Amino acid sequence: MTAATLIRAAALACALALPVSGPALAVQPDEVLDDPVLESRAREISRGLRCLVCRNEAIDESNADLARDMRLLVRERLVEGDSDEEVVAFIVDRYGEYVLLQPTMTGSNLALWLAAPAMLLVGGGIAVVYLRRRKARPEPEATLTPEEQARLKDLLGD
Amino acid sequence: MIRGMIVELGHFALILAFTVAIVQTIVPMIGAHYGWRGWMALAEPAATAQFVLTGFAFAALTWAFVTSDFSVQLVYQNSHTLKPLIYKVTGVWGNHEGSLLLWVLILTLFGACAAWFGGNLPPRLKARVLAVQSSIAVAFFAFILFTSNPFLRTDMPPMDGRDLNPLLQDPGLAFHPPFLYLGYVGLSMAFSFAVAALIEGRVDAAWGRWVRPWTLAAWVFLTIGIALGSWWAYYELGWGGFWFWDPVENASFMPWLIAAALLHSAIVVEKREALKSWTILLAIMAFGFSLIGTFIVRSGVLTSVHAFANDPERGVFILMIIALFMGGALTLYAARASAMEAKGVFSTVSREAALVANNVLLAVSCFVVFIGTIWPLVAEMFFDRKLSVGPPFFDMAFTPFVIALAILLPIGSMLPWKRGTLSRAMRPLMPALVLAVALMALAWAMQTGNSALGPLGLMLGAWVVSGALIDLWQRGGREGLGLRLRRISRLPRADWGKAVAHAGFGITVFAVAGLTAWQSEDIRVVQIGESFEHRGYDITLTDVQRIEGPNYTSTMGFMDVSRDGRFIATLTPEKRNYFIAQMPTTEAAIQYRFWRDIYLVLGDPQDGGGWAVRTYIKPFANWLWAGCIIMALGGVLSLTDRRFRVAAGARRTAPDAVPAE
Repeated sequence: MTAATLIRAAALACALALPVSGPALAVQPDEVLDDPVLESRAREISRGLRCLVCRNEAIDESNADLARDMRLLVRERLVEGDSDEEVVAFIVDRYGEYVLLQPTMTGSNLALWLAAPAMLLVGGGIAVVYLRRRKARPEPEATLTPEEQARLKDLLGD
Repeated sequence: MIRGMIVELGHFALILAFTVAIVQTIVPMIGAHYGWRGWMALAEPAATAQFVLTGFAFAALTWAFVTSDFSVQLVYQNSHTLKPLIYKVTGVWGNHEGSLLLWVLILTLFGACAAWFGGNLPPRLKARVLAVQSSIAVAFFAFILFTSNPFLRTDMPPMDGRDLNPLLQDPGLAFHPPFLYLGYVGLSMAFSFAVAALIEGRVDAAWGRWVRPWTLAAWVFLTIGIALGSWWAYYELGWGGFWFWDPVENASFMPWLIAAALLHSAIVVEKREALKSWTILLAIMAFGFSLIGTFIVRSGVLTSVHAFANDPERGVFILMIIALFMGGALTLYAARASAMEAKGVFSTVSREAALVANNVLLAVSCFVVFIGTIWPLVAEMFFDRKLSVGPPFFDMAFTPFVIALAILLPIGSMLPWKRGTLSRAMRPLMPALVLAVALMALAWAMQTGNSALGPLGLMLGAWVVSGALIDLWQRGGREGLGLRLRRISRLPRADWGKAVAHAGFGITVFAVAGLTAWQSEDIRVVQIGESFEHRGYDITLTDVQRIEGPNYTSTMGFMDVSRDGRFIATLTPEKRNYFIAQMPTTEAAIQYRFWRDIYLVLGDPQDGGGWAVRTYIKPFANWLWAGCIIMALGGVLSLTDRRFRVAAGARRTAPDAVPAE
């Protein structure tokens, strides 16, 4: 089963099942690990993983059963001594890169990550060129004398 | 007899409004070209007629909802006789068809307002503005009538309806769409002014003065709409998150960012007659992002928590509208923008330059949100990668822009027009800088853990807020305190609006950082009668009861909260089950206070007895909504400024006078 069909099947399951089953509330008390360090690592990891059947929710926040399974899986791997990266790699291996809420900085995704800095450079560059050109241009002759300007300002009440 | 026909009359009124809109698009445009006064003057009564007809159609649909006329398909699908009256009314726009009807109602309202209050506009410009505005209405009337007609009947009326999505049966969300739409659609006025100016081939200070109030109003509405949506998410979704970078949220955030840029650049046009073509481009893009937002929400192309509609036919129709209006306007822009000759000259260190920096940062930050929102679609279509772009990306890519904006804001607003020096602008700001750094150090020392987020947010917030206050203080002159205060109180409303809106921004930045960094969470199983402690609060679950609501049943927990033996409140978190819509919701119990919220959520009963209970302490949560309201209030203050009301003065200075300042 490819990741895509898995997702589709899961989405269907979600659509059918969610209204019937009550909302379990995100992280359940029985999921919480005894070791606070491991638990906080688990929370941190699960905030970066997407619930497959939900729309744009992390498994940490999701009420879906699948999200619970994934949270338990994360904790299971942590208890077995995996590092954070290994846990994430394990989940991605299983569910595809779709689960990552923060896209990797590889391949075509580089365009996503570099878009903002590139745009800032371009925009900033254009702005700087514009500002310099404006500065170079001579000040046009004022059509009103300073006295007239003061009166105009007074009249407009600014 | 007539009662049974109200829906049909509404349908008919909508078709009439469509034809009026077609006439209003064509006739005044031709009249403006040839200078025929009668043809131009047609725009005004037509705009009024469009609004009245659309208003009648909307009232007719509301009538069908209120009287639970289930022979209308839309009412059957989205209402129920047991639903409280207010949600019968808000249910009118709690669905695709009705929300589009609200969209055009607001569109025609803005058009009518331009006709009623645009007395000071030159007749030609006014005719063109109204014609362009009406062309947008034509597209959306066609969209409603051909793909999303709310007035369709069924042959066999069912006994009762299917109820509105329970998540929408809520005061926060009920009024969130109207505000957002007022914002989205308000930007259509800026668009119409921009296109009219391009056709006219002229942009001057007066144009900047005319377009600004519309943009400001739209921005105020967007601010309130976004804040309402965020507040709703905070209390309704059950874990106190307030922003998820969901495509639908981004859809409203992008026009907000561009509108914010537009209001700042329009100041430069108004005061200095520079940045003209850039301002026109922003006006076009602001409405473009509104249309893209409408497309994202209404087509469901980027499926997300909010997307209830999913219909390719409609998506394609909106895409065509976007292509038509953006393509048309941008082509016109490409042909005409070079004719916009700038007048004002300024140096690299000046108010103008600071506003250019503001515009670059806001526009690029909007671009970040845009590319993050559409990237999953791009990746799937072109690279065959199915991936997600979620909060971690946006937090990382967007936050630097907020930081840069917050750092630059007080300095930029102290700089004089034309030419300034940094040291002169910085000197009065030194107290603000000292205060900000001191508060940061204090927060750093007091907090447990070493997240930089909280202290940084406090520093930026304090810097922006005190900077805004110093800005006002400086405007009072150097004489005695009494005279100074009197002068400050007499400053133009626009100056007050600027200071208030900037302070609101600072408060919001601080609140987001503070809330995110310093909130705490506790998850546990609690037996009835059992107490537990979290962050100094003693919480007891005294009882859990079943309660019947009008169209739901509720499981309600009763929890006493006390601190140091002193009773604070009894909170009642609920789990509701809406039996008609077959949907459960959580209703968190929140005690809102100045410094913090106590946020309690009741979970499921556990196998071994007891209930799952989640407790959150959310510091500064109210500051977040307060910051947004203060920002909006600043906009309103600025909107009431004398020079927008006494706009006749604008016409006098219109031809080739030197700007007043």
